[in-house]
Amino acid sequence: MTMRARTLLASGCAALVLAVAAPVASAQLRNQEATGPTATKPVDPAAEKRLKVLAEELRCLVCQNQTLADSHAELAVDLRNQVYALIAKGMSDEEIKKYLVERYGDFVLYRPPVQGNTVLLWVGPFALLALGAGIWVVVQRRSRQAAVQPAATPDADQERARKLLEG
Amino acid sequence: MRALKFLVPLLIFVGISWFLLKGLSRDPREIPSPLVGKPAPAVTLPVLGDAARKWSPADMKGQVWILNVWGSWCSGCRVEHPLLNDLAKQNVAPIVGFAWKDSPEASSDWIAKLGNPYQVSVSDLDGKAAIDWGVYGAPETFVIDKAGVIRDKHIGPLTAEALSTRLIPLIRKLQGQ
Repeated sequence: MTMRARTLLASGCAALVLAVAAPVASAQLRNQEATGPTATKPVDPAAEKRLKVLAEELRCLVCQNQTLADSHAELAVDLRNQVYALIAKGMSDEEIKKYLVERYGDFVLYRPPVQGNTVLLWVGPFALLALGAGIWVVVQRRSRQAAVQPAATPDADQERARKLLEG
Repeated sequence: MRALKFLVPLLIFVGISWFLLKGLSRDPREIPSPLVGKPAPAVTLPVLGDAARKWSPADMKGQVWILNVWGSWCSGCRVEHPLLNDLAKQNVAPIVGFAWKDSPEASSDWIAKLGNPYQVSVSDLDGKAAIDWGVYGAPETFVIDKAGVIRDKHIGPLTAEALSTRLIPLIRKLQGQ
């Protein structure tokens, strides 16, 4: 486990370096694009927009609390490129999500689908809320009933208490 | 009734503790692969050191084999490498090396220095084949059966324990089938 942690640490550092180097790298990439064979193909703004929306819905598998859009991890960059390529191929958002789920599992989706093994996840909080509300109602009702009939003590006890108080 | 008042919170406490305790021993980095039980993704990759030669999982049909994803940039791979060397020496099953996003020079250098447990090494320069295999971090190790179906995936550096208790018994069982 410590080795794993070390690998993670290393990749974390790599991500940091990448984050720092990213502006430089992307500038280089843009230069390459401008001069490379893809220069003739203009960047499709609609596809860019779809990529942005999709990448917000997908999880980076390396930095698990980041979306694909936020992450600087190398795999996230690869996956963004792949998603872009699939958009360019004319695949729908649903098809692209299916493509990724087939490879990485439901984990890649930030919004887990409602299915057998996620029912508890989706219904659980509401069920707990309902349970809490039910308990609250019962407790309230009981205390109200108790307040309505307070003097349930026998007359003899009342008499004794009065005598004691009067001394 | 009094006993119930005492027992119910206790039971809820025990229940929550059980869930949390179970959560402690699970590694959130280990994402179960949906590919286990599915045919190995058909990718075609150049062989390391002989880029003109192409390799694909279909080449391995008829035998139980191991796919080990690594890269010379990956520290965990260095940790598990002696175990792979041992595994190759024991001749358990052919191991295919999958160099992930690594320059062929660096990969070859690594093999020359640390030993070559691989029957064949292939290199995935742009990481596209790795996406098809659902790879998200090196090292990862797959076990594929004779029919070309992925039967298990080990995430992270191999350990002697994982090999002796899980992977090798599985390989022996698959070889017997």
